[in-house]
Amino acid sequence: MSRLILGRLAWGLLTLWLVSLLVFAGTEILPGDVAAAILGQNATPESLAALRESLGLNEPAPLRYLGWLAGILQGDLGESLANRAPVAELLWPRFANTMALAAYAALVAVPLAVTLGILSAMRRGSLFDRGANVIALATVSLPEYFLGLLLILVLSVRTGLLPSLANTYEGMGLMAWLQATTLPMIVLTLVTVAQIMRMTRTAVLGVMDQAYIEMAYLKGLRNGRVVLRHAVPNAAAPIVNVVAFNIAYLITGVVLVEAVFNYNGLGRFMVDAVSKRDLPMVQAAAMVFAAVYVVLNMTADIAAIALNPRLRHPRAKDA
Amino acid sequence: MVPRAPRSVPPTAWIGLALIALNLGMFLLGPELAPFGQEETVGAPFAPPSADHLLGLDQNGRDMLSRLLFGARMSIGVSLAAVTLSFSLGVPLGILAAIRGGAVDTVLSRAVDTVMSVPVLISALVVLQALGSSLPVLIVTIGLLDSTRVFRLSRIVAQGINAMEFAEVARLRGEGIGWMIGREILPNAAPPLVAEFGLRFCFTFLFVAGLSYLGLGVQPPFADWGGMVRDNQQGILYGLYAPLFPAAAIALLTIGVNLVVDWLLAGRTTVQGENR
Repeated sequence: MSRLILGRLAWGLLTLWLVSLLVFAGTEILPGDVAAAILGQNATPESLAALRESLGLNEPAPLRYLGWLAGILQGDLGESLANRAPVAELLWPRFANTMALAAYAALVAVPLAVTLGILSAMRRGSLFDRGANVIALATVSLPEYFLGLLLILVLSVRTGLLPSLANTYEGMGLMAWLQATTLPMIVLTLVTVAQIMRMTRTAVLGVMDQAYIEMAYLKGLRNGRVVLRHAVPNAAAPIVNVVAFNIAYLITGVVLVEAVFNYNGLGRFMVDAVSKRDLPMVQAAAMVFAAVYVVLNMTADIAAIALNPRLRHPRAKDA
Repeated sequence: MVPRAPRSVPPTAWIGLALIALNLGMFLLGPELAPFGQEETVGAPFAPPSADHLLGLDQNGRDMLSRLLFGARMSIGVSLAAVTLSFSLGVPLGILAAIRGGAVDTVLSRAVDTVMSVPVLISALVVLQALGSSLPVLIVTIGLLDSTRVFRLSRIVAQGINAMEFAEVARLRGEGIGWMIGREILPNAAPPLVAEFGLRFCFTFLFVAGLSYLGLGVQPPFADWGGMVRDNQQGILYGLYAPLFPAAAIALLTIGVNLVVDWLLAGRTTVQGENR
């Protein structure tokens, strides 16, 4: 098992390196000159030369890539083109905000979704099961901004229960923060609960068809005990996988939600950087997002390996 | 799973089919049906619905219904073009990788794994930063990024079919790669790929709308549903429904496609194709 996990770790690191190549190459595909594209029609020969110099465009691409990668590994994310501020100083507070919102949503969504999934598997075909399925299908197809605007209209504009914009600032009290971020949290919860719930239900039901479950029923065990003690532990691996996948989604899918509620997170940071075509900021934000995503997916795979009883206790001939 | 009774069309699938038909009509005829131009200012900003303007006016005093009808062609057209591109790349390459195996398969699969290890939205944002947003860039970027998902599914499906006896027989007959793809694999891979086309369309449609909502997709003066939500968004703070109309149009189409795909895939225990 440890060999499998080490292999997965190595593959994760390799992926991160390949991703850095992709992110760098993605900004190099521009035909012609990045500097000219950034300055557009206002370019004078002097400003072009100055920008090329500051971007290091006079050096060959591989050399620039190595310099950029070395910087990242030392925590230096470069300077913003707009105001020469170090990207790292601008980026990390925004990253912390995004992680806080994602964590808030995950704390609500994951227990709720897994419970609902198990309940609907226990009552397969019941009204509850079918109702949950339809609601899941609906919320999964609704865009985040539709849900967000609807919630703003109902919970904020009409009833005034919650603030419509998620204004947060440093040194804010916890209660105030929770109040400001509850609407975006609800939207994120709605879009993730559906998938986790359906996958949990599928995973539990997949186990329910096995012979030992029938055996457990024939022993005369009650439905609840069969599901909770016999089925769920064996369905744990796919459930953990879909949970990790959805947390990874929370951290990137948050981009749209942040735009709806004007939340000061990394998503809006990146969107602003893209519309200003601030190359170093975009590269840094993309690397951070991609790294979180890769690490979470890796964690999911490792958890699945660790939770699989066949891999946990390998027979001698398999090892 | 318990085997299903012979297939009949459930009511949810009928709703889905009706929604798709409605959107197809808007896509084909929308601009011709629109009572006003997409750039035409016909009254005060955010005027409420009236007999002349069934859905009211937008933030610039343009007829909401007309803009929705114009936007249908743009929003649906861009997504259709991108999905068509991703399928015309992903399916042949996926099947090729499955048949050839070896180095071709390894190189393609690793490349696809790497692209897929970055969230699509993030990759798209990096490219849009470099190239700026225009219709060709949008379509090609999204089509290419999405073709990785199509590649994965076609490869798995084709591997299964390629191991069957009739494919083996064809190979022994000495058929070329073109025959194998066109006559042996594709006809048998069609059902899952059709369902996948629906899912990919849904994803792409939401994705284009999302990019436009962020201001990075379809650019003005073209009307497009995601951009319309963005433009009218401040209206919601005054309790107006303006931004909800385009948002609901987006939601209805995706719900429609999802209902139909759900029906097509009914009986399978696993969901095909990851949606994000």
